[in-house]
Amino acid sequence: MQADNHGATERVDYDAYPDARGHFGPYGGSFVAETLMAPLAELAAAYAFYRNDPEFIAELARDRKHYVGRPTPIYHCERLSREVGGAQILLKREDLNHTGAHKINNTVGQGLLARRMGKRRIIAETGAGQHGVASATIAARLGLECVVYMGAVDIERQAINVFRMKLLGATVVPVQSGSKTLKDALNEALRDWVTNVDNTFYMIGTVAGPHPYPMMVRDFNAIVGQEARAQMLDEYAKLPDAVVACVGGGSNAIGIFHHFLNDAGVAIYGVEAAGEGIETGRHAASLSAGVPGVLHGNRTYLIADADGQIIETHSVSAGLDYPGVGPEHAFLKDTGRAHYVGITDDEALAAFHKLARSEGILAALESSHAVAYGIKLAARLPKDQHVLINLSGRGDKDVNTIARIEGITL
Amino acid sequence: MTNRIDTRFTELRTAGRPGLITFVTAGDPDPSLTVEVLHALVRHGADLVELGMPFSDPMADGPVIQQANERALAKHVGLTHVLDSVRSFRAADAQTPIVLMGYLNPIERFGFERFADAAAQAGADGLLLVDCPIEESVSYEPTLKTVGLEQIFLLAPTTPPERRQRIAAKARGFIYYVSFKGITGAGHLQHASAIAALDELRGLSEVPIAVGFGIRDAASAVALGAHAEAIVIGSALVETIANARDAAEVNSLVASFLAPIRDALHAVKRL
Repeated sequence: MQADNHGATERVDYDAYPDARGHFGPYGGSFVAETLMAPLAELAAAYAFYRNDPEFIAELARDRKHYVGRPTPIYHCERLSREVGGAQILLKREDLNHTGAHKINNTVGQGLLARRMGKRRIIAETGAGQHGVASATIAARLGLECVVYMGAVDIERQAINVFRMKLLGATVVPVQSGSKTLKDALNEALRDWVTNVDNTFYMIGTVAGPHPYPMMVRDFNAIVGQEARAQMLDEYAKLPDAVVACVGGGSNAIGIFHHFLNDAGVAIYGVEAAGEGIETGRHAASLSAGVPGVLHGNRTYLIADADGQIIETHSVSAGLDYPGVGPEHAFLKDTGRAHYVGITDDEALAAFHKLARSEGILAALESSHAVAYGIKLAARLPKDQHVLINLSGRGDKDVNTIARIEGITL
Repeated sequence: MTNRIDTRFTELRTAGRPGLITFVTAGDPDPSLTVEVLHALVRHGADLVELGMPFSDPMADGPVIQQANERALAKHVGLTHVLDSVRSFRAADAQTPIVLMGYLNPIERFGFERFADAAAQAGADGLLLVDCPIEESVSYEPTLKTVGLEQIFLLAPTTPPERRQRIAAKARGFIYYVSFKGITGAGHLQHASAIAALDELRGLSEVPIAVGFGIRDAASAVALGAHAEAIVIGSALVETIANARDAAEVNSLVASFLAPIRDALHAVKRL
């Protein structure tokens, strides 16, 4: 399939994906042990029903408005745009959501689904802790038990979020296997689910995992792009010229990309964590530097060694530190509809400071990757163009990390 | 040529007893012992051996097999070692069927066709891909058929009746029935419900049914073995040999662990 910078020349209808078995072209699918096939089918059937159920839709809309705080605004960074001297830089303010990140868009939806399916126990995996907090939040609100799996290494890095989850009544289980990070937390959550399928709902936090998760998590996050598209037309009487989002597993990115995929005039950029530089091998850029394979229930681009063993990734941002990526991103890379680029730790940190000083916004380190690329992109575009960046989360959780890196004792 | 798996199950039917299938991870406790472990298993009662191919993210496995994978990977055990071990084992044992068991990613990285061909050439008889259900296996079936490897499918307590039929229709070699909802080595095997499920599966297929997960001693082997054509024992065995230092130690550990299970199974008369 050939594509140019502004969408596929051979037009693909992106609304037609995934197929009935969760395939995005050659990616996605359901690569799990047999025990999980029936629970996944049950989940897919429940989701297929409720996504069209007027009561479910109405309840989700109410919760988005009154609990999450949607719609989030689009903010024009006037000072930053002037400093950069190119295209106008706009932020979709997902940092203003309840719990401080886009993650709640997904958990609010999956929570309502879990309750309708009669599941009394929620399990989740988390890396940086944002999805763990968003899951614990929803579980508390719905009165459901919540168990969060988190790599032992991440628990050390993200002590504040661990405490937040506990305050919300969740049990945080340290995962000691493998590299003791997000990928191992996902393995452990899958092991819990296979053991407790009867009463447990597995709330996956990103657009990865077996079908129907990549589709369902996308759909719940797609409110971001749906709002942004309408806001652009309403406030700027045009669509953005480019949309930029950071990609770890890829949920915030798919969320803002989805409603723009069939708009050929909108360039789409996914920003991966290049860590210390792709060439150093210490990065988390699955799409830029990985190869297709199978992990965590789906086929996608992976960071693995020559034997196909998954290897440890590196990023200053724990939320991007994942060796896979959602299968729809793999598909968008191959069709050429989206461009995947890398931003290093240093570039992300510089963008964090630049946004803080010019606009008074502390961005999450994950989102700072998108800001960094958005600034680069804007610099080479004319002033009458608009670059829309998904500011997927706020940076309060990262202040300790930033202080440590910069040698500051708090 | 008839596949060794089919031959072995025919023999078991004639003998009227359930078979003993053993699982170990290649390269554990040490790559130098893989072939010795396989021979020791056969020497002390294994009717069919499953050889696990190490993977960094074995999501269906419990802590014991996870750690076996980690130990093997720390010693850089990959598919080349697996294939070499099969070839070496086969040179001295022409009868015992070998099923390779693992996850897709290392195999795809190696090249699926290249691997399947090499595995068959080396003397493997079957392949069990843990993370590849019937829907996703479609693309691999022609290759396996061409090289003559039987694809072993899992069947679980959660598998609905209609899906059981579809799995049975594709099954070759044997069907691996997972005795409970959970991961390998977990301790919550309930004999009564597993037996009820096995009895319900009778007549599902011409292909024999082996049962595994949670079987760790002669008592559990006999309880379930009376209701299946074979039992699979993995985690408890892996744990037993985890600290073996040489071939002699492997042999004595395997002997004392496996002999009582073998003797108990040999005393079981299947209907």
